[in-house]
Amino acid sequence: MEGAALSRRSVTPARLEWQVANVADVRAETDRTRTLVLRVPAWSGHRAGQHLDVRLVSEDGYRAERSYSIASAPEAAAVELTIERLEDGEVSPYLCDVLQPGDGLEVRGPIGGYFVWTTMQPGPLLLVAGGSGIVPLMAMLRHRTHADAKARANVPVRLLYSARTWMDVIYKDELEKLKSDADVSIAFALTRESSADASGFRRRVDRAMLEEAAWPASDMPNVFVCGPTPFTESVASLLVELGHAPANVRTERFGPTG
Amino acid sequence: MKTEEMHLDGNAAGGMLADVFARDTTAAAATCASCGAVAPLGALLEYGQGMGAILRCSTCECTVLRIVRTPGRLHVDLSGVALLVIPE
Amino acid sequence: MADSPFIARGFHRHRAADPANRLPPGQYETNDFPVLSAGPTPRSSLATWDFTLRDEAGNTLRWSWDEFQSLAHETPMVDIHCVTKWSKFDTRWEGVSIDTLLAAAREKGIGEGAFVLAHCDGGYTTNLPLGDVTGGKAWVVFSFDGAPLEPEHGGPARLLVPHLYFWKSAKWVRGLRILQHDQPGFWEQLGYHDRGDPWKEQRYQGDP
Repeated sequence: MEGAALSRRSVTPARLEWQVANVADVRAETDRTRTLVLRVPAWSGHRAGQHLDVRLVSEDGYRAERSYSIASAPEAAAVELTIERLEDGEVSPYLCDVLQPGDGLEVRGPIGGYFVWTTMQPGPLLLVAGGSGIVPLMAMLRHRTHADAKARANVPVRLLYSARTWMDVIYKDELEKLKSDADVSIAFALTRESSADASGFRRRVDRAMLEEAAWPASDMPNVFVCGPTPFTESVASLLVELGHAPANVRTERFGPTG
Repeated sequence: MKTEEMHLDGNAAGGMLADVFARDTTAAAATCASCGAVAPLGALLEYGQGMGAILRCSTCECTVLRIVRTPGRLHVDLSGVALLVIPE
Repeated sequence: MADSPFIARGFHRHRAADPANRLPPGQYETNDFPVLSAGPTPRSSLATWDFTLRDEAGNTLRWSWDEFQSLAHETPMVDIHCVTKWSKFDTRWEGVSIDTLLAAAREKGIGEGAFVLAHCDGGYTTNLPLGDVTGGKAWVVFSFDGAPLEPEHGGPARLLVPHLYFWKSAKWVRGLRILQHDQPGFWEQLGYHDRGDPWKEQRYQGDP
C-alpha cells in the first residue's frame, strides 16, 4: 500500500510547470548564435531531440514565448540551448545579447516525445540538418558519444548539415573531432560559400546528394530531419522518394519567428 | 515576408498539448476523423501560431485538433480526432 | 500559476513610440506584413472564383470575377491590427465596398439580418455584426499596395475590416451569409471575441 502511494507521489508533472532557471554561462558559437548554459532547479532529465519552452515577461506585463531545442546530451551536467539571433526578432536578440550569467530565465520542459532518439534505438542513424536545425541533432550526437564503443558501433551515424557558409556552421570543432569515430560520417552542404577552402557540397540538398551522403533505404536507418519548414519538407519527401519508410523519417520544422 | 507555407509541426504545440493532456502527447497516434490516416501528433502540420495551435492531417490537410488559450481557459476542439492512442 | 510572474531583466516589447496615438492598447507597430494562417494557402483560379451573398431563406446573389471587377472600386488606406499584437499603418488596398454589395443584394430582394458569417476557400469562417461591415467600414479587396493580392495574404480576394482585429479580415473570402442570429466562426468557436474591437481590446469571448 505504502509502495503504491510513494510511486503515485513520485510521478510529479513538475516539468509541465514554468520554473526559473539560472543562466550559468552564455557562449558564442558563430556570429549569429549563442549557447545558453542553464541550471534548471527541478530538472527531471531529458532525451535528445526534446525542447524547452522559454518565456519572457517584461515589467509592464508584456509576454513572449518561444521553443528552443536542447543542444546538450542528457548526460551533460547542465542544460544547454543554442539560439540563433534573428534580425528583428523579439526574443532571440534578448537571449543572445542581453542575457548574462546570473540572470534568471523562465523555462518549461523538456517537451517532445516524437522527435527523440536514444542509443537504445538500434540501427543506423541518419541526421539531416538545415541551419539551426542542427541543434536537436547535436544533442543526439552528443548523447551517442556517451555510449560505450560496442553500443556506438550499433548506431553508426551519417550527418548531412546544410548551412549558408562555413562561418555559419555551428559546433565546427566538435563535429570535426567526431569524424575520428569510424562509425561517424559528416558531410556539409554550403549553399552560399565562396571560398575554395571549405570542403563539402556547394549546393542545396538534393536527391543526388542524399543518394551519396545518406544511408540507403535498404539499411532502414532511423532518420531525423530538422530545419526551416521548406527545407525539412523537401528533404523528407526526397528521402521517401528514395525508399525510406515515412514512419522512419521524423521531422521537426523550425519557424522564422524570432 | 517569406512566401513559403507558414506552418510548423505538432512538435511546436508540444507544450500546449501537455497542458491539455497533462503529459507529453507528441508521440501519441491520432486517427484523422476525415480521412482515417494515422500519424503521431508531432508529425501533424501546425498552423495558427500566435493565435492558437491548429493541427492538420498531413495526408488530407483537414483539421485534426484545435487549441486556443484564453485567460484562465484552454479551448480544445477534438472533433477531428477519431481516435487518440497515447503511449505511457 | 505564480502570483507574481518572474520578470526577465532588461526585456522589453518592441519599440512603443506612438506619438499620434495610432496604436490600440497592447499593440506595437511593425513594418513587416506577417503571414498567419489557420491552414494551407488555397490556390483558386479566377476562372472559377465567385462571391456569393446568401440569406437564411437561401436567396443568393453571385458575382463572377469579371462581374466583381466591374463593380465600383475604392482604394482605402488604413491601419490594421492583429490580435497577436502587431499593427501596420497606412496599408493600401483596392476593392469593392461591402455597402455596394449589400445595396445590390437589397435590390434583388436578399433578406437582411443583424449578422454576417464570412466563408472562405479552405474552410475558414468568421462572424461579424452587420453594423461592422456597413457604413464605409468594410471591403472585399483584391489588391494590396498597388499589386494583385498574393495568395499568402488572402488572394484572389479577402475581406478588409480594418477597425476590427485582423482575423476578421478573412482571407480567401468567397461569400457572406446574412444571418438573424450570430454564429461563431473558426476562431470564435475557440474563444475569440464575436466582434473584436482592438480599441476596446475585445480579444476573447467575455471581454467587455
